[in-house]
Amino acid sequence: MDKAIKKSYIINFSAVFLLWLLFYCGQQFGFISNYLIGIIINSCIMIIMATSLNIVAGFLGEMALGHAGLMAIGAYTGAVVSGWLLDAVSLPHIVVLVLASLAGGLLAAGIGALISLPSMRLRGDYLGIVTIGFAEIIRIFFINFEPTGAANGMTGIKRLTTMSNSFWIMAIIVALIFTIGKSRYGRAIMSIREDEIASEASGIPTTKYKVLAFALSSFFAGIGGSLYAHYQGYLDPNKFQFNYSIEMFTIVVLGGLGSVTGSIISAIVLTVLPELLRQFSTYRLLVYSLALIVMMIFRPQGIFGRYEFSLSKFMDEMKDKKKDKQKGSAA
Amino acid sequence: MLKVENLNVHYGKIHAIKGIDFEVNDGEIVTLIGANGAGKSTTLKTLSGLLRPTEGTIVFDDQDLTKVRPSSIPGLGIAQVPEGRQVFAEMSVLENLTMGAYIRNDKDGIESDLNQIFDYFPRLKERIRQSAGTLSGGEQQMLAMGRAMMTRPKLMLLDEPSMGLAPILVDEIFSMIRTINDNGTTVLLVEQNANKALQIADRAYVLETGTVKLSGKASDLLANDEVRSAYLGG
Repeated sequence: MDKAIKKSYIINFSAVFLLWLLFYCGQQFGFISNYLIGIIINSCIMIIMATSLNIVAGFLGEMALGHAGLMAIGAYTGAVVSGWLLDAVSLPHIVVLVLASLAGGLLAAGIGALISLPSMRLRGDYLGIVTIGFAEIIRIFFINFEPTGAANGMTGIKRLTTMSNSFWIMAIIVALIFTIGKSRYGRAIMSIREDEIASEASGIPTTKYKVLAFALSSFFAGIGGSLYAHYQGYLDPNKFQFNYSIEMFTIVVLGGLGSVTGSIISAIVLTVLPELLRQFSTYRLLVYSLALIVMMIFRPQGIFGRYEFSLSKFMDEMKDKKKDKQKGSAA
Repeated sequence: MLKVENLNVHYGKIHAIKGIDFEVNDGEIVTLIGANGAGKSTTLKTLSGLLRPTEGTIVFDDQDLTKVRPSSIPGLGIAQVPEGRQVFAEMSVLENLTMGAYIRNDKDGIESDLNQIFDYFPRLKERIRQSAGTLSGGEQQMLAMGRAMMTRPKLMLLDEPSMGLAPILVDEIFSMIRTINDNGTTVLLVEQNANKALQIADRAYVLETGTVKLSGKASDLLANDEVRSAYLGG
């Protein structure tokens, strides 16, 4: 492995680990309240949702407005599977959560691949409408599906999601999405966004990669949904409305389409901001929308555009600056 | 190398190509010329699999192309330079060229081909990290050609490489096509600029509303009165 790459792995991993350690100690010694822990878990779930949506919306460049539907599939599947597992065998909670989330992710990936089929013929706004349709079908299905509580919602889900496990699952997913973005697959998916004909002419099987992008995005969305289900302990099918999909899409657009770090920052900001604005409850939505409008006027490409923030590069630059300063003072 | 027989293509009910035959032999530059709507680009799109013929056969090195998926065609040794310089606008010049080598796995070969392309087009080397969308029209055309060369094709299909370029750049692009051909790549060139195309080509086919009107050696066609009055301005 390249030395620079190794170094950046180590730096990134230590940064993530330190952040987790801070949260963990905070929780253990009580200087981070349960309310804040809740915000951290919600942020982790939203980061998973936003970065996974970024695969389709950013890398592939398609308008996907059905992410809440895929999340619902993961949430319900995860909840059902964990219910079975807890009844049938006695496994550690983390294993149950992981298995349930994988099941949710896989089913969501299957449905996601199905949604990708119209994308062979449709692009842009038209595909957006189709994805809305799919998500609504999923929601209506769960409103009417008796085994999972229908419109009353699903209750009695074991609350398996904790700060630590949601944090680490989020970290793993983000690392995977980063790797995908930089891989041969990621570049092939991005080349379809740039120019479909040119990528066909370069020998890239575009159909395969579109299905792959949708399936991967849905897989991670399903895992996010499962974490959500096991955090709330209760699922209301109306949570997964069109609005919720739009909210996720907004996060990705604000962060910058195609920038994973952008999605992360934006997911955190848009989860924390409404909480901070809670005291101005009546004006909350006003400020929220205003922030969006201002953003779209002054920085339409999003906070990061397509740029990725790199901790190791940032540290190198800081070092250089320090050196420059020392040189300056010496001279 | 490439043999097209009785090719028919429809856009819905519109009969765009009405039974054309032509062939490209190893090492040649063959050009398809004709006015707007003659069916030149349609023919190329059918060769690269983007359109399906309603009738006829396309045989490349003993293989029928009409049943091959478009993305598998570069693997057979046919590279296409699409019309209107379709580069990956948000990717850098280097990334664009690397995408061209997508179907290959030989690292050393890719490296040496990259160097060769930079020898052909030194301007691309100067702009290696620049995003392709910010290149000038001529540079984008060079990049699209370079990307096609990265697949190491036996046959290169060029769709209107002169479109929208300044005359001096057109000369440069055409002399580059010549060089690529001299180095062993067979070229099928579709052009509206009949004069230029005939000057570098070995043989030519004149298309008119979906049929082959005339064909023969390029130098003969360049002297042909009918061609002169119709396509070369007298």
